[in-house]
Amino acid sequence: MNLVLEIALTHVRFRLRQTVVGVLGVATGVGFSVMMASLMEGSQRDFIRQLVDALPHVSVTDERREPPPQPAAAVYQAVAVLGLSTDEKRKGISNPYATIAGLEGWVPGAVAPSVQTKAVARFGGRDTTATVIGIDPRREVKVSQLVTQMRDGTLDGLHKASNAVILGDGLARRIGIRVGNTVTLATADGRAFYAQVTGLFHSGVRQIDENQIYTLLRTAQVLAGRTALINEIRVRVDDAMQAREVAGRIEKLTGYKSVSWQEAHEDLLSAFQIRNAIMIMVVGAILLVASFGTYNIVSTITHEKARDIAIMKSLGFRESVVRRIFVLEAAVIGLGGCLAGFVLGYLLCRGLGLIEFRTGFSDRTGLPLIYEPAHYLLAGGVALASSVIAGYFPARKAARVHPVEIIRGAS
Amino acid sequence: MSVPLIEVRKASRILGGEVPTTLVADIDLVVAPGEFAAVIGPSGSGKSSLMYLLGLLDVPTSGEVLVDGRPTRALDEDARSALRLSHLGFVFQFHFLLPEFSARDNVLLPMRALGRLAPKAQEARADLLLAELGLKDHGWKRPDQLSGGQRQRVAIARALANEPAVLLADEPTGNLDTASSAQVLRLLREVAAGEGRAVVIVTHDPTIAAQADRTITIVDGRIVGDQARAAG
Repeated sequence: MNLVLEIALTHVRFRLRQTVVGVLGVATGVGFSVMMASLMEGSQRDFIRQLVDALPHVSVTDERREPPPQPAAAVYQAVAVLGLSTDEKRKGISNPYATIAGLEGWVPGAVAPSVQTKAVARFGGRDTTATVIGIDPRREVKVSQLVTQMRDGTLDGLHKASNAVILGDGLARRIGIRVGNTVTLATADGRAFYAQVTGLFHSGVRQIDENQIYTLLRTAQVLAGRTALINEIRVRVDDAMQAREVAGRIEKLTGYKSVSWQEAHEDLLSAFQIRNAIMIMVVGAILLVASFGTYNIVSTITHEKARDIAIMKSLGFRESVVRRIFVLEAAVIGLGGCLAGFVLGYLLCRGLGLIEFRTGFSDRTGLPLIYEPAHYLLAGGVALASSVIAGYFPARKAARVHPVEIIRGAS
Repeated sequence: MSVPLIEVRKASRILGGEVPTTLVADIDLVVAPGEFAAVIGPSGSGKSSLMYLLGLLDVPTSGEVLVDGRPTRALDEDARSALRLSHLGFVFQFHFLLPEFSARDNVLLPMRALGRLAPKAQEARADLLLAELGLKDHGWKRPDQLSGGQRQRVAIARALANEPAVLLADEPTGNLDTASSAQVLRLLREVAAGEGRAVVIVTHDPTIAAQADRTITIVDGRIVGDQARAAG
C-alpha cells in the first residue's frame, strides 16, 4: 500500500471515536441532503407531471398576442385609434382542419381540435360555472390523459346520448349529480340546453375536476352558438419538455397564440426555481456544517500528531507528503461519511415513503419521492470535496511545522 | 583526501526578534568518515542547535553547511528534506517512534519514503537491522509494548535504515538506564566503525563523551575545544 495512504488510514483507524464522529457528521449531511433532494425533486416532478397530464402540452387558441393592425394604420403614418370594442364572440381559428393537417405534418406528437365555451351547470337547484370543452374523442385520446382519468363511464359514452357530457367528479359532487342524470347548461346569452351525464373524470387537479365538462365538438359548437367553430387546437408533444419550442414554432407559422404548458404555468415553474435555490442553500449549509466537523477532527489529529509530523519531517518527509497524509485522512472521513450517508439517505427516503400524506392538490397518499443516482453523486461529491477542503487547511498548517520547535519541546 | 561528510564553515544561527538570540556563532567543523565525535557542553550552550544545523533541520543565519561537499544554505526545504532522507540519520533523547506502527514498520518508514530499495529488499533490511540490534523477535510490537532501551534501539535501526553517511544523536541515552545506555553507546560505536560512516553524539555527560574518538566542546554557542582522544 502507498505509504502516505497507509499512514493516513492508520491515523484514522487508531482514532476510531473521532473518525466515527467525523464520518457520522458527513453521513448526516449527505443522508439528509439526499432525502431533501429526493423529496423536493420528487414533489416537483409529481407536480409537473400532473400539470402536464392534466392539460394538452400546447394549446393553440384563436387569439393573437399582438392585436391585428388597424386598416387606417396601413394607409396613414400617424393614426390615433380610440374607443375600440372587441367582438363579444370568439372568431375561432380560420380553416381549423387545414391548420391541423399542416401541424400534423411536422409536430412530433398528436393534434386535436376542440371548442371551449363557458356555461353554468345546473342540477337540483344548485349551479356552478363551468368550462365546456368540445372534443373529438378519437383524437382526444391522443392529446390528453382523459381516457385514463375516467372514473365512471367511458369516453365513448359521449356518442351514446344526444348532448352527452362528461363532468369532472368535483363539479358533479358540487351540484350533486350522478351518471345518468340530466344537467342543464345555461349559456351567457340566456339559452339553456339539457345534457345527459354519461361519465365522470378525475384528473387529480382540483381546479380542473371542479370546473370542466367535456362534450362532443358539435354539442359545444351549439352551446357556443356557432356551428363549425374550432377555437382551440390541442397538441400533445412526444417529449413534454419540447412543448415550448413547438408552441413557438406553431405560433410563428399560424399567427395564433400558442401556449405551452410551461408558459401556462410560468409562475409555478418560477416558484420551483426559487424553491430549488432554497433547497441548494439548505443542502449546502448542511454539508458545510458537516465539513466543519471534518476540519475540527483533522485539526485535532494534526495537533495531536505534531510530534509525529516533526519526526517525519526530520526523517526527510517533504511538506507536500505530510500535507497529503492529512488531506487523505479528511478524504477518508469524507468518503466514509459519503458511503454511510448514502445508506442513511436511502433509509430516510424509504421511511418517508411509508408516511401517509395527503394534499388538496393531488390524490397522492404518500410523499412524492424519487430515487435518483444523481442526488447521491451530487451530495457525495460536495461532501467529499468540502471534507478535502476542510482537511486541507489544518494539513497545510501541519506540513509547515518546524520540526526543531517540536523536537526541542518534546526533548 | 576524501570529501568530509559534513563541513561547517563560519556558521552562525541567530534567532530574530526584539532581542536577537545567538544560538551558535562562527562554527567551523569538519566531520570525516569513521569518526565517532561527541559534542559536549553545559545545558543551553548550543549543542542541540549545532546538531540541528549539521542535520539540516535548521538553516544558518550566516555561513554554510556542506553535506557530502554540497552547500545547503541556498537549498529549499524539499531539497534539504531529500538530502536528510538519503544522507543523514537522527536519534533523539526521546525515541519519537510513530506509536501506531510496529517496530518493523517504523524502521521501514524512511526506506519506503526514499524508495531506493525494492519492497522485499526494504523488508529484508528492516529485519536485518532489528536482528543486529537484538530486536529480532520484537519487530511486530508497537512502541508501547517495548522497553525504553528497546525503543531507542528501534530508533537507531530507523536512523540507519537508509544507510546514512552521518548519524546524529542528541542525548540518545538521556532517558535510559545504565545498562541500556551502555548498549546504545556500543551500537553507535559499531555504526561509526563500519562502512565509512560517522556518528556525532550530543551529550552533557562527560563519561559518555569520554568514549568518543573526538570531543568537541561548545560554550555559549562557540566551539571552545576540539580534541581527538589519544590513541591507546
